[in-house]
Amino acid sequence: MDAPFLSVRNLTKHFAPTAFSRGPVVRALDDISFDIARGQVVGLVGESGSGKTTIGRSVLRLIEPTSGEIRFDGVDITKLSAGPLTRQRRKMQYIFQDPFASLSPRMTIGQILTEGLDIQGIGNRPERRARAEKALAAVELPVDAYDRYAHEFSGGQRQRIGIARALTLEPEFIVADEPVSALDVSIQAQIINLLRDLQVRLGLTMLFISHDLAVVEYICDTVIVLYLGRIMEVAPAAALYARPQHPYTRALLSAIPSLDPLARQGRQVLKGDIPSPANPPTGCVFRTRCPVALDACAGIVPPLRATTSDGHLKACIRDDIA
Amino acid sequence: MDTPILSISGLRAVFRIAGRDIAAVQDVDLVIGSGETVALVGESGSGKSVTSLSIIGLLPKKIGHVAEGSIALRRRDGTVTELTGLDPESLRKVRGNDIGMVFQEPMTSLNPVYTIGEQIAEPIRIHLGKSHRDAATDAVRLLAQVGIPDPDRRARQYPHELSGGMRQRATIAMALSCDPTLLIADEPTTALDVTIQAQILDLLAELQAQRGMGILFVTHNLGVVAEIADRVAVMYAGRIVESGPVREVFTRPRHPYTAGLMRSVPRLGQATTLKAAGTPLPTIAGNVPSLALLPKGCSFAPRCALAVDACRTAVPPLFAATTTQQSRCLRWEDL
Repeated sequence: MDAPFLSVRNLTKHFAPTAFSRGPVVRALDDISFDIARGQVVGLVGESGSGKTTIGRSVLRLIEPTSGEIRFDGVDITKLSAGPLTRQRRKMQYIFQDPFASLSPRMTIGQILTEGLDIQGIGNRPERRARAEKALAAVELPVDAYDRYAHEFSGGQRQRIGIARALTLEPEFIVADEPVSALDVSIQAQIINLLRDLQVRLGLTMLFISHDLAVVEYICDTVIVLYLGRIMEVAPAAALYARPQHPYTRALLSAIPSLDPLARQGRQVLKGDIPSPANPPTGCVFRTRCPVALDACAGIVPPLRATTSDGHLKACIRDDIA
Repeated sequence: MDTPILSISGLRAVFRIAGRDIAAVQDVDLVIGSGETVALVGESGSGKSVTSLSIIGLLPKKIGHVAEGSIALRRRDGTVTELTGLDPESLRKVRGNDIGMVFQEPMTSLNPVYTIGEQIAEPIRIHLGKSHRDAATDAVRLLAQVGIPDPDRRARQYPHELSGGMRQRATIAMALSCDPTLLIADEPTTALDVTIQAQILDLLAELQAQRGMGILFVTHNLGVVAEIADRVAVMYAGRIVESGPVREVFTRPRHPYTAGLMRSVPRLGQATTLKAAGTPLPTIAGNVPSLALLPKGCSFAPRCALAVDACRTAVPPLFAATTTQQSRCLRWEDL
């Protein structure tokens, strides 16, 4: 088998207090390892503070990991200096959640789309324009958008611009960080279809971050469930939804309101709040809210281990609850 | 039947933009009985929040006002008050008293420089005339009722010391402090994680069962509607396009917009099948029209697969599809 396209090993990120902030070290990520094969879409799901965005940003080294290794196309990007890192980033792009905050109000769409090409020194002006127009066509926006400003577009159209910006560099890998969370339902489905279509057509490798498990199910091949900076479960999408193994995944799936008003009963509601990552529980971080926790769960950090032959992994010591 | 808690008829709220009056909400009729939860659902700009702000008289003062219609509220003492045209002073006596409000972002609805206990006690002192000491005792009791552990200590804390879920519980305690007949909850779980959302929905249902208040629940999330509401009104471009009991509307939508919305929500377990078949998610083509440039006739017609010429001539009235379900669609029988 080929080496994975993206390989993350023992990624840890601790946010230490700075001269301007006091308080304890925040353990945002602890010992995260996963692989993404070329052309695959991996989903990161979890609630606030689970570390989804920290992983997404670390993978492009938009923030510096505390320790661990991130091999992208064979190169450990955590060790690259600025020049080679910029060259690697040509292949890696980011789509942001908020289509209002992520587009500059002072730049034309053309300037926004060609900025990356300028930085990377790709092509002359007509060539850059041609690439930008091709990206606009790919996201189904009219070419005349090029000379207009972001405020002239609706939320859904802005998100298309954000996607076009990621496409102009013709990347091989995209981190999409909650790309549809800020959109209305009817627009959300349009953007999901667009992303899926582009991913298939361009053979993109993707890390797809979302708190919405139904969206992730549609777009991802493999899903990673995070809680408080640790991986709880990893599984092929279909298997995760059909047979969730970790008690947290089960609770998360059960908490999503169903569209069927007759299915109101039988919801499992987790008690309590997500603990602070500045002071995570010992042992299994989920044990304080886990409905099936044992005394032993406080003692050891459960390793991520295979439970079936189809690539289903879970970090839970109990096997008697399935 | 009892007098309803809230009865809105013919509501029209307008905003003055660039010298023109633009209707953000029109022809809205809505009734909420005691102990009943009615969900107002729609996308951005559909008018759901403008409707709720019209009830409490909090439309942006300089540009927005209620132009037509009636909003009648049954108060705690059983009298019915017409809220439109009420002077600001009398309206203040209703708000936070007979009507409790919970908004989306608990951090912005709480004042960072007062303790949680002081903020819950304030309306009790103002509206019910209780002493500082009695109001403070009430505040602690309310915190316990909304499921906050260690309420004595929490009452002395500031908003930043509480988690998002706890803060939303505190704003619910504040909204309930004067025992309102109507609770307006505007996207109260939108800023929360899904496991915390489930807790808050359970809490609201439980408090309603105890107190029998009516709830107007404004949301964009259809799953939440299915979870909490008895009846639902679907808004599009400022009008209610369909309304009825949640069970009826969700099992058999009688307006193409409702049907399209229901189809475009990704459902757990369904995506795997769609993906395997290579089928895209169903969508509603196009975008929500600008309120300043509404098309003639049915506002949804430009995006509607069922639209016929008659749809583009006049705004359809609400048809009674069943004794309880209404649709603003000429072709409701074809759905």
